[in-house]
Parts: sequence; structure tokens; C-alpha cells
Amino acid sequence: MANDDIWILGIDMTKFGKHPDKDTVDLAAEAAMGALQDGGVTMRDMGVLAAGNLMGAAAGLGQQLQKQIGQTGIPVYNVANACATGATALRTAIMAVKAGETDMGLAVGVEKLAGAGLLSGGTRKAEGNTWTPHGRYGAVAPVDGRIGTETMPGVFAQVGMEYLHDHPYDGEPFQLFARISEKNHAHSTLNPKAAYQKRMTLEEIMGDVMIAFPNTRPMCSANCDGAAAAVVVSGERLKSLSKEQQQRAVKVRASVLTSDPWQEACQILPDVNTLTRMAAEQAYEQAGVGPEDLDLVELHDCFATAELVHYDNLMLCKPGDAVSLFESGATSRDGKIPVNVSGGLESKGHPIAATGIANVWEIATHLRGEAGDRQIKGAKVGLAHVIGLGSACGVHILEKPAA
Amino acid sequence: MPSQVPLVEYLELGEDPRLVANECTECGARFFDRRNACASCFGTSFRKAPVESTGELRAYTIVSFAAPGIPTPFVAGVVDCDGTSVRANVINCPPDPEHVKVGMKVRLATYPIGTDDNGTEAIGFGFEPIS
Repeated sequence: MANDDIWILGIDMTKFGKHPDKDTVDLAAEAAMGALQDGGVTMRDMGVLAAGNLMGAAAGLGQQLQKQIGQTGIPVYNVANACATGATALRTAIMAVKAGETDMGLAVGVEKLAGAGLLSGGTRKAEGNTWTPHGRYGAVAPVDGRIGTETMPGVFAQVGMEYLHDHPYDGEPFQLFARISEKNHAHSTLNPKAAYQKRMTLEEIMGDVMIAFPNTRPMCSANCDGAAAAVVVSGERLKSLSKEQQQRAVKVRASVLTSDPWQEACQILPDVNTLTRMAAEQAYEQAGVGPEDLDLVELHDCFATAELVHYDNLMLCKPGDAVSLFESGATSRDGKIPVNVSGGLESKGHPIAATGIANVWEIATHLRGEAGDRQIKGAKVGLAHVIGLGSACGVHILEKPAA
Repeated sequence: MPSQVPLVEYLELGEDPRLVANECTECGARFFDRRNACASCFGTSFRKAPVESTGELRAYTIVSFAAPGIPTPFVAGVVDCDGTSVRANVINCPPDPEHVKVGMKVRLATYPIGTDDNGTEAIGFGFEPIS
């Protein structure tokens, strides 16, 4: 029987950072077993497993994980969707429950990225001794660096600069984006799970190594290791569980995944805007709430330049007003709509496939009132957003458990 | 003069070098790569469409860290050529934010990339400021 009533029963994330003694399966097992324990259930209760590990997508993380924590014969979906891999795993488990194929499922995302360095588009090939056209552009030599850039910091730098072109800004762009990073690094000091919990001054951020103007190193997402996992359950099954389980379950008001629809320039510079706006519209519609109802947002600040455009894409401000929203202080943790109180990807870290579940963990933890020193008081509704370049966008809206 | 080849097929060399897009005959959507169909309307018929050689820099970044072998820093950007967006480097211009601005007017320019064992010269392109 199809089911529209979906809840997160248990959820967990490992500390993000360097885990040299643990492999991807160790980290995934830690998060998965944590989520099962948090939900008061076991692998025996799971009817589906969706698992993501982008860098090892061919290895079959789901089955590797089962071999360590429980082989029960359930269907496994190994998913890969760039930086939206975790959200895709969660969405897959939710779809299975929603379709009525099962009433409980587990989603896991994990990545080992510590020390990975710069991530680029990877289309560069070795040059030969004669010019021979290759590929879809008939290129005789690698185009990355000769015809624009495929590096992530460079792509997202352009995304931010384009926003300031479309919505002219009188100030200094470099400083504006650095101040967004300053906010997120300040937020991270309250998050013990963040890879970096260091407050940074504006001078330190702007004076650090330039990667792709206007993004310096602390304005880029931190490569690190980590995993996150969630147990989802149907409302019907939840009713059969204990009072305590019911009280801590967080309602999934919306779960949406989009890809980039064709736009004039989208094959020139990846369009991270249209699909985010589409996902947000669909999510608000599903949830029956508007941006004004949100108590906190975790959005995909893979680079400081990206955070700005998503204020607008998620409709946290009027179209074109992202700069004034930020300048008003609204997106700081004591503001009207706190954004990235976890520290965001710039300081919490961005173990790719874990990110899309870790941001849901952050929201759920606040809605349960269990976020400790960084708790947003009285948080009832929150939104988690993630973008994978290429592109994929996941948006989840969660609501506080019933009292 | 050595024989020349363009860096990419959509760069047309000659007296007046220009970029040539694959334009969907149904909806007018433009693409620079080899096509299977149109991503906008799913049509399968394309014609060659020359792209305006001057435009406005809509977005840019100054890349300091790149894949091995790519000289840095360089300016990568998106140029709006009369409604057709083009990915390119900004060339013949110091790579710093004092000289590169969004909204600046630029024009297509070509430059040699190198010569292969057969003596053939490859020609790349970028956009340079119109002073």
C-alpha cells in the first residue's frame, strides 16, 4: 500500500575529520549501527538498504556494509549522484517506503576524502605528439584550463560572481563572500562533529591561500572522512513502536530530488540555480509550508560563493535580495533564519556521499532539541539542501516530533 | 606558414576566426559539442550557426590551483555573446580583479598553443578586453 506518511526513526553521523585507522566500511558501519540504535531497531527490521560512496561507486558499499553489520537478503541500491549521493540514498529509501514495498529502510552515505586535494572535472587527457581531435568537442588538446575551468572552486566562484553580475553589487565581492565564510567558521566552534572548529577572522580568511578568486582555502569545503545514516519508517509502522520511539521520530514533510532542466547557458557553466529553485518549490508545496516557516536551514555551501545564491534559490529572500539578506544578519545563528549552524561544508567538512544525510541529521537533531550548545531554541521546521554538480539537487523538509 | 588546426572543432580559423555552434532547427538552442539530439526540445536536426565574436563577461574566476600542466593564474569565465553563452578564458589581460570585472566588454581572440611533430600548429581561443 502506498504511504505518504514518512518519518525518520533513527539517524546518526560520525565525527567528520581524519579517520586514518578506519576504512569506508568502518565509517559506514559506525553511522548505520548508530542510526539503528538511535531508532531502537536492528538490521532485521530493515526492508531496504540504499548506500552511497561516490569515490568507490563500483565497489558496492551496500553489500560490503551488510557483510559487516547484517546480511538479511533485502534489496540493496548502491547509488551515486555526485555531491547529492547521500540525499539520493535517503530519497531512495523513502521512495521504497512510500511505494509500500516495505515499511522500514536504511540509508547510508560515506566518503574517505582526507588529503584528497583539489577535485576537478577530470576530463584532462595526456597530450600526444600529433594534434588529433578527440571527444565531443573534437579537441586536439585538453580543454580544462584553456577553455575555462573544470575545477570545483573555479566553477562555484563563477556561480557567485554571476549572481553579482545579475544583481549588481556596489561592494567588494571578495570581502562579501569571505564574510559568509567567517559566519560559518564561527558557527562551527559549537559543533563537536565538525572537522574544523576554529573561528577565523575576516583577515585570516582573505589572507589565506587563494584557490580560485574569490574563494580562498577556508572558503572551500573541507575534504575529510565521514559517514551518516538514517532509518526511515512509515507512519503506520511507527504507530506499532514504543512511545519513546514515536516521540523522537522526526516527520519528513518533503523529500525531493531534481536534475538540471535545460537552460540557455547550462552546458557552459553548470546551472545550480534552476534545479534548486524547482526542488525548493516542490518541497514547500509538498510540506505545505513556506520559507517563512523555517526555523533553520542547512544548505550546500560547498564554497562561500555558493551559499549566497542558494539564499535566493531556496527563496529565503526576495529574488535578487540575497546580499541584503546576508547583510541583515538574518542567516547567522541568532538571526531570523539561521543558515548552516553546523558550520557548513566549509568547516564541518564535506565527505561527499555523507553530506546529504549529515545535513538532515543536523536538522533532525535541532528539531529533537538535542543539539546541545548550538541548539536553535524552539526549532519546529527545518530544511536540508544539497547539490551535486552535473547536476542533482536534494531538498528535505523536516518537522519536529509530536509532543 | 605552417598548417593549423583549431583546439576544438567549433573554432573556425581563417581571416576572421569565429565560433560556430550547432543550432537546433526546431527551437534554436545552441550547443558546442557533437549532438545526439536537442536537450531542450529533443529535435534531431541541427544547422551551423556562427556566434557573435564580441560579448559581455557575465561571470569569472581567477584560478590559482589547477590540474598539473596548466599555467596559473588564469582567468576563466562565461561570455554572453548576444544571447549565446560561451565558456572561455579571458586573455591579453592581467589576471587580477582590478583588471577583470563582470560586465566588461570582450572580443574573441586566438593564440597558438604549440606545434606537433608534423609541424602543425594548434590554435586556441579566448576573449580579450575591448579597451
